[in-house]
Amino acid sequence: MEDMNLIVAPSPHLRDSDTTEKIMFSVLISLLPVIGASFYFFGWDAVRLILLSSATAIITEYAFQYIRKIPIQIGDGSALLTGVLLALCVPPSLPSWMVIIGSAFAIGIGKQVFGGLGHNPFNPALVGRAFLTASFAAAMTTWTAPFDAVTTATPLVLGAARSSLPDLFFGSVAGSLGETSALAILIGGIYLFYKGVLDHRITVGVLGTVVIMALLTGQDPIFHLLAGSVLFGAVFMATDMVTSPITKGGRWIFGMGIGLIIMLIRIWGSYPDGVTFAILLMNAVTPLLNRWTRPRIYGQGVKVSE
Amino acid sequence: MIAKTFPRGGGEIPHRKAATESKPIVAMPAPSVVVIPLIQHIGAICEPLVSIGDKVKMGQKIGEGKQYICAPVHSSVSGKVVAIEERPSLNGNKVLSIVIENDEKDEPISGESNKKILKLSPEAMCKTVREAGIVGMGGAGFPTHVKFQPPMPVDTVLINGAECEPYLTCDHRLMVEKAAEMVGGLLAIMRATGAANGIVCIEDNKPDAIAVVTEAIKDHPELSVEALQVRYPQGAEKQLIKAVLDKEVPSGCLPCESGCIVNNVHTAIAVYEALTEGKASYERVVTVSGGSVVDPRNVLVRIGTSIKELLDFCGGLLGEPGVIISGGPMTGQEVTSLEGPVVKALSGILALSKEEAFFDKNLPCIRCTLCVQACPMGLTPNLLGEYSSKGMFKNAEKLNIDDCIECALCSYVCPAKRALITWIIDGKAGLAAERAKEKVS
Repeated sequence: MEDMNLIVAPSPHLRDSDTTEKIMFSVLISLLPVIGASFYFFGWDAVRLILLSSATAIITEYAFQYIRKIPIQIGDGSALLTGVLLALCVPPSLPSWMVIIGSAFAIGIGKQVFGGLGHNPFNPALVGRAFLTASFAAAMTTWTAPFDAVTTATPLVLGAARSSLPDLFFGSVAGSLGETSALAILIGGIYLFYKGVLDHRITVGVLGTVVIMALLTGQDPIFHLLAGSVLFGAVFMATDMVTSPITKGGRWIFGMGIGLIIMLIRIWGSYPDGVTFAILLMNAVTPLLNRWTRPRIYGQGVKVSE
Repeated sequence: MIAKTFPRGGGEIPHRKAATESKPIVAMPAPSVVVIPLIQHIGAICEPLVSIGDKVKMGQKIGEGKQYICAPVHSSVSGKVVAIEERPSLNGNKVLSIVIENDEKDEPISGESNKKILKLSPEAMCKTVREAGIVGMGGAGFPTHVKFQPPMPVDTVLINGAECEPYLTCDHRLMVEKAAEMVGGLLAIMRATGAANGIVCIEDNKPDAIAVVTEAIKDHPELSVEALQVRYPQGAEKQLIKAVLDKEVPSGCLPCESGCIVNNVHTAIAVYEALTEGKASYERVVTVSGGSVVDPRNVLVRIGTSIKELLDFCGGLLGEPGVIISGGPMTGQEVTSLEGPVVKALSGILALSKEEAFFDKNLPCIRCTLCVQACPMGLTPNLLGEYSSKGMFKNAEKLNIDDCIECALCSYVCPAKRALITWIIDGKAGLAAERAKEKVS
């Protein structure tokens, strides 16, 4: 026993079984219904885009970590997640080389130049999407109808009168790969909520504000919830842990701010949708929200006797 | 009745108490040599009162300091002083210690026995408790006599029997086996401090202790038992006060600011024994547990017994442990020297197997906020850790790093397995050093 090598490690000596990988992979699992729906509606285009985007994301992450000579962490699932999320929010007909550029941009400029996982101020997948929208506006707004790959307009352009609510709910409409089926998104969202990964404050904040804004401006709230990227953004994009506030109050304001900006863009802006820019703008104010909404600390402001 | 708890943060952590919670306390024979460190408390170090070659009796005072915040130390055996020199403590630091060779006679020093403790004046009680060298036995080691003279009136004395750290069961067993003594100690502390109420606070995973203590207080209407939810860190002083009295201790203040003082179960028993038998603090009950211990048990052990002998008494170790800890696994410190002695504030020795113990990985923070949600003080541990690890102590100060109670739950819940609490503790020290420097210049 005398020559035993005792390890010097600081407390605590017990840890919860939760890990970063588990969180990332639970989000990936929650995306399975959406991935399934995208394959059902858009066929092999879904497989093509998801595989290319994921592979590019992982290779880009690996390359940056290799060049920076830091530990390779592609196994944590975060790059894979960004790749899948980006693929799910682009049009099914997007050329392969475009999604590759978008995915490399998302990881390289959206994440790694800031220092990698946990250091990026903006949601990397949305940085990629914004980059693609700005660079290839035509390809990013060329929508194909489900099943038959005929070019058509999205319900947001066509207007509420032309799309049936059941089609919007189940996803049988034109739109981005993973954003058409409200049902699939809701299943994934409920799973994430149950796993404790999704903070309802953000999702409810976004959706609630969209409904209120629609009612105030005399539009159909259900249509605004189901059409475009609102639901996908509220469930999978806005709730990104790294780029959303750390306080409960901050998360409410964050969600409501996104909902407000979405509706401002939709009603008065030149883009038909507005979810990408709404979330990115609120990402930018996240540090401020963290500062403004600090919780009260135990024992602070309690009266002290003389 | 719904068990009480504190309202914010906290979390469920494994108990792992089954190995020792139902085993009666066993007394370990005194070792052939004891090493008594001259500091076993928060405060000033003692001066030795004996010289090499002196004969000492069991319970004899062998070290004393003049300062108010200091507690004398006593011999735990009868025998001969063979050395006064620096010896390794549990964490490897050298501490001036008195080494005594046991003559195996256990000849006690004639203590003052006093059956009518409730007739003693508060000043006399305080003096006796100081003479007995009693310190907080839950782990902090703060001299108990200081708590006996609060700077403002208090109305309630809480006995902390939450024992929320995993593995530890010494307070649990003491409540079951020595409830009458604990209640006697509680009544004495109430008399000494002028408090009208006494409450014994126990987490409700110890129903046998709750039953025994409830029975022990039934003739005392001023006493009560409060069952608490099992939630870490329920036994932290500030969380205990919030749960039981619904009061918050103001930032930077002692519990007496909220009209109460908090004492550990074992401390209350030591107070009772000091007042009734004149017994000094020279032995205590230590939980020896963990997956690498052959026969986990609660051991009544003399102060100054080496950790190696204590582990041997419990059957030794199964192979090489992952880590050996003094105290609990959440807030305890790793033991680096098995020659180190048992001291008054040592509640447990845990030898965790390699599978049980966990080590930091320090992956990037993904701002999942599990630590923010878990912090029982309402702090933002992710930011405090980040600032502290980068030496930005003033930024951490603005986020109230000084209010951290070091419960380590932030590190426990972190999915990236970051060393949050290690950084924060370092940050508090770094901030204190910066302040001291500014004061000088």
